[in-house]
Amino acid sequence: MKKPGIPMKTPMRNDRRQLILGAGATVLAAGLLRPGAAFALTDAEARELVSRAVNDVNAAIASGKTGPGLYAQFEAIFTKYADVATIGRSALGVAARQASASQMSAFTKAFRGYISRKYGQRFREFIGARFEVEGARKVKTFYEVKTVAHLRGQAPFEVLWHVSDRSGKRLFFNVIIEGVNMLAAERTEIGAMLDARRGNIDALIADLKNAS
Amino acid sequence: MRRFFGFALVVGLTLAGCGEHRPTVPQQDVIYDPYEAGNRQVHAFNKGLDRALFKAREGQPRSRDTLLTRSFSNAGGNLSLPGKVVNSLLQGRPEPAIKNTFRFVINSTLGIGGIFDPAGSSFSLPETDTDFGETLAVWGAQEGAYMELPFFGGSTERDALGSVVDIALDPVGQVLEGAEATGAMALTLGGKVAKRKRFGETVESVYYDSADSYAQERLLYLQMRRHQLAGEETNDEEAWDPYEDPYAE
Repeated sequence: MKKPGIPMKTPMRNDRRQLILGAGATVLAAGLLRPGAAFALTDAEARELVSRAVNDVNAAIASGKTGPGLYAQFEAIFTKYADVATIGRSALGVAARQASASQMSAFTKAFRGYISRKYGQRFREFIGARFEVEGARKVKTFYEVKTVAHLRGQAPFEVLWHVSDRSGKRLFFNVIIEGVNMLAAERTEIGAMLDARRGNIDALIADLKNAS
Repeated sequence: MRRFFGFALVVGLTLAGCGEHRPTVPQQDVIYDPYEAGNRQVHAFNKGLDRALFKAREGQPRSRDTLLTRSFSNAGGNLSLPGKVVNSLLQGRPEPAIKNTFRFVINSTLGIGGIFDPAGSSFSLPETDTDFGETLAVWGAQEGAYMELPFFGGSTERDALGSVVDIALDPVGQVLEGAEATGAMALTLGGKVAKRKRFGETVESVYYDSADSYAQERLLYLQMRRHQLAGEETNDEEAWDPYEDPYAE
């Protein structure tokens, strides 16, 4: 399970696990008081979701499609496995509270296309890549699935997937590549776009439809 | 007796002071950037330089992962290994020091001066990246403010000092003289240029596709750097949970 070359970190993480176990009773009580917040998702389910998503992504890359064809396929995968509404709302930040329901739905749609184009363009870099699912663990209300990406001619690197079923479906809502957090990056990006449009959400939505 | 107490007090305070300098895991999303105005000017300079020298032309691929760029970035990276070995030792981490030493020996010989990477492809010895900024972090120095350095890009006060020390103390520069030293410097620089082109997609999407490339580079740099320095350790308390996020509800 453990990769070589990182021997110092195991004890710290174990200490933290102990701490989490120590706090377990409190969490359990809170869970019982709020049945909606209970963990319905299991370790195996979270792993399985990531494995399926990774397989679909590998198949899309192997299909040999490029450009808009590949982006469309990626958008379909993204819609199937990711909680786009939650990612979008989180990226929009405080502004999401002021937005109307119709603005939010238009924003979510535009955001999905934007994300697909933005990350779809980068998928060429993953040709020949292999993802290994290493394990899953519970964090707060969700599961973190750890995978290691093996790319041609590069040192293997860590990709973490955050998976939750709080939307009613098992979906991932964040991907963290070597510490780089997609939600945080998109929050910075969407925040900057919104600032540049003086907080006008409709202008943001219009421009997001063409952004990549 | 009183003098002894005075001495003990001084020692005690000193030790307490040392205790406070233990490296702490910086908060994931905290960005300390008091020099932002100046940093933005440096960013504009760096971006202008990149646009003039490296930006892919319209219709050309941004990433160039060719034999040439790969050979140069391998050879340049190989020359950085002795410095990394020294830093690992200064950090009290023998394992990466030993691995990078073997890597250096294998790639310098079988890999023909580091042009190829048999250590990574056949011996499972990928490079363990480190530098004097990490050594300072291990020794307890705080991260300090964010800084964007001309030519180097994103950094922090601690990492800026680390970069200066790395250049000054590089074992390769200490051993080589005259034309050889110049050659090694040229190869290191060539390796950096090749790396810029190999990962052009990543660099250019931040520089030229972001709404605010300065803010995006700052975020990416701090996240990657903190992740690297913390190793695998992640702080669950600070994990971003949008289902608990008030904005998400």
